[in-house]
Amino acid sequence: MTKKIISLANLPIGKKAKIISIISGHHGRHHRGKHFGGCNLGHRMGVMGVRKGQIIEVISKQPFFGPITISIGKCKMTIGRGMAHKILVEEL
Amino acid sequence: MIKKIVLMGNPNVGKSVVFSRLTGANVISSNYPGTTVDFSKGKMRLDGKTVEIIDAPGTYSLEPSNNSEKVASELLKDADVVINVIDATNLERNLYLTLELLESKVPMIIALNMWDETKHIGINIDEKKLRKILDLPAIPIVALTGEGIKELVQKIKKAKSPGKIKTTSEEKKWIKIGKIIKQVEKLEHRHHSLKDKISDLTIKPLTGLPIAIAIIFFSFWIVRLIGENLITYILDPVFDLYRPLIQEFGELLGDGFLYKFLISQSYGEINFLESLGMLTTGLYVPIGMVLPYIIAFYLVLSFLEDTGYLPRLATLLDNIFHKLGMHGYGIIPVFLGLGCNVPGMLATRTLETRKQRLIAATLLSIAVPCMAQTSLIFAMFSDEKIRNSLEFSPIIYIFMVFLSLIIIYFVVGLILNKFVKGESPEIFLEIPNYRIPHLKTALKKTWMRIKWFLKDAIPWMFFGVFIINILYTIGVIEFLAQVFKPIMSGLFGLPGETSIVLISGFLRKDLAVGTLLSFPEGTFSAMQLVIVATMLTMFFPCIATFAVMIKELGIKDMIKSALIMISAAIIVGIILRFILIGV
Repeated sequence: MTKKIISLANLPIGKKAKIISIISGHHGRHHRGKHFGGCNLGHRMGVMGVRKGQIIEVISKQPFFGPITISIGKCKMTIGRGMAHKILVEEL
Repeated sequence: MIKKIVLMGNPNVGKSVVFSRLTGANVISSNYPGTTVDFSKGKMRLDGKTVEIIDAPGTYSLEPSNNSEKVASELLKDADVVINVIDATNLERNLYLTLELLESKVPMIIALNMWDETKHIGINIDEKKLRKILDLPAIPIVALTGEGIKELVQKIKKAKSPGKIKTTSEEKKWIKIGKIIKQVEKLEHRHHSLKDKISDLTIKPLTGLPIAIAIIFFSFWIVRLIGENLITYILDPVFDLYRPLIQEFGELLGDGFLYKFLISQSYGEINFLESLGMLTTGLYVPIGMVLPYIIAFYLVLSFLEDTGYLPRLATLLDNIFHKLGMHGYGIIPVFLGLGCNVPGMLATRTLETRKQRLIAATLLSIAVPCMAQTSLIFAMFSDEKIRNSLEFSPIIYIFMVFLSLIIIYFVVGLILNKFVKGESPEIFLEIPNYRIPHLKTALKKTWMRIKWFLKDAIPWMFFGVFIINILYTIGVIEFLAQVFKPIMSGLFGLPGETSIVLISGFLRKDLAVGTLLSFPEGTFSAMQLVIVATMLTMFFPCIATFAVMIKELGIKDMIKSALIMISAAIIVGIILRFILIGV
């Protein structure tokens, strides 16, 4: 079976996936005027529980590239679409 | 010797509830991350001695990512003992801060809060094993009910810093946490509960947005309903009893200087709204007019806060707030600001960058009316004197004012987002589980906020009424009205008296209604009143808000913000004039 690695932003609602890696981007790419990430984003995600190896599920996606709400373990959190693009996951 | 105990933990784990339990003091707690943005100090008795106890803002890590987290990591430096409050339903994530705290070598104990909840959602934690592994006291507690608090207090003396703790990297900490979790935590599989279903419905856009609109409308409807009924059935009758007393007191005083200041500008005529006496208007406006809406608003807000709905609303509105240079969390200052702009300003601290904070604070002071202002707008259009000159029902004019303010919030936000330099990071917000609010907690919280309001509002009202009286007596009011007449009528099509209304609004927004109504009937037309009400909200914050803004933004940004406010108010005034009055 081939492993399909996609970004969290492309993970369909209700599907579970395992976090493979988080691209730490220090250089803010612009996307509709939003900044992608920040310098301590990886750290911040980490301390909030978004880490390599964790199982993640998408609960909802707001339209027009709005934020994504995810659940990890018993935690739920809302993250920006830009951040979600930087989280690579493997669908389970 | 223990002198200072600091409560530390992740956001929304219940530190403030623990603090209230330990000290008996009351602090505001809610069900969303970031309720505590500053620390509160309290005292408790420990072995017959008084020790200081500090409730720190929540933080995920000792490396702060916003201003309120910075406060937390600085508090750690002077702590003799740390009580690390942990949300037991989220043990894994909470342990990261625990390990960081251990590295700081401050003696520590752990409070495993929300212990009852772990059972409900199928988490089994072996706290004895956890104690052994961490080599620290760890006490299960339920702060909301007080369970386990006694034991926690007894164990404070046993707080320690286990030896041989080495500073390690982030990655190594997570590996260690993984090992701990494996040994102490067992999960049972549970099906989706009703709470989860409601949670999903309120956060998915298709169902969430209609629900959000319904909740907001319903909340405001309730606020008005409670407020009006409190006035009709409680406060108006009370002031009707008060009226003869004050009349008699007035007769005792006789016509003169004291009568003017204490009771009324014109002898023998007492009107609680417009007499501008300290014992009439000075008491009636804050207590008889604003207080009922304050009670109603904070009661409803408490429920919204304690259920955990607000972070979901922040998620739904994130997109819109991004266009205004903030992210969804920007709705929190707006909600708090609708009660009083001061806590609203403080809440801007949880936004990460200067740009977001500047925009949030400026928009708050421009376009978010506090409850005092809102009840002023309600009262203004329902006043008998004014009502005669209204073409439509008062609600239409009230609606016009609020619609203008909403439009202004968005338009000014869009513009500021273009011109204010800096970053607008994306939202990254924890969504707490729904909780059924405790009626008692909600009532207590409302009561605390009401006390703050009364403590703040009554002295300022007295002072404001006093100043206005002096200005009247020495003729400054006349003078100002004359001086500003060309500007007021030239730019906004308003009478010169408007300048006085705007000036008294700086002392307190609700004082302005007294000044406004004290002018003879027909001074303002209905449309002019809409303009005055809108400009009064926009022009300048009251002194109290102004002081907090300086503290939060710094002088330089405050000046920028003030310039934006004044220019926005002038431009909007002119635009409204052309729309509402014509030429």
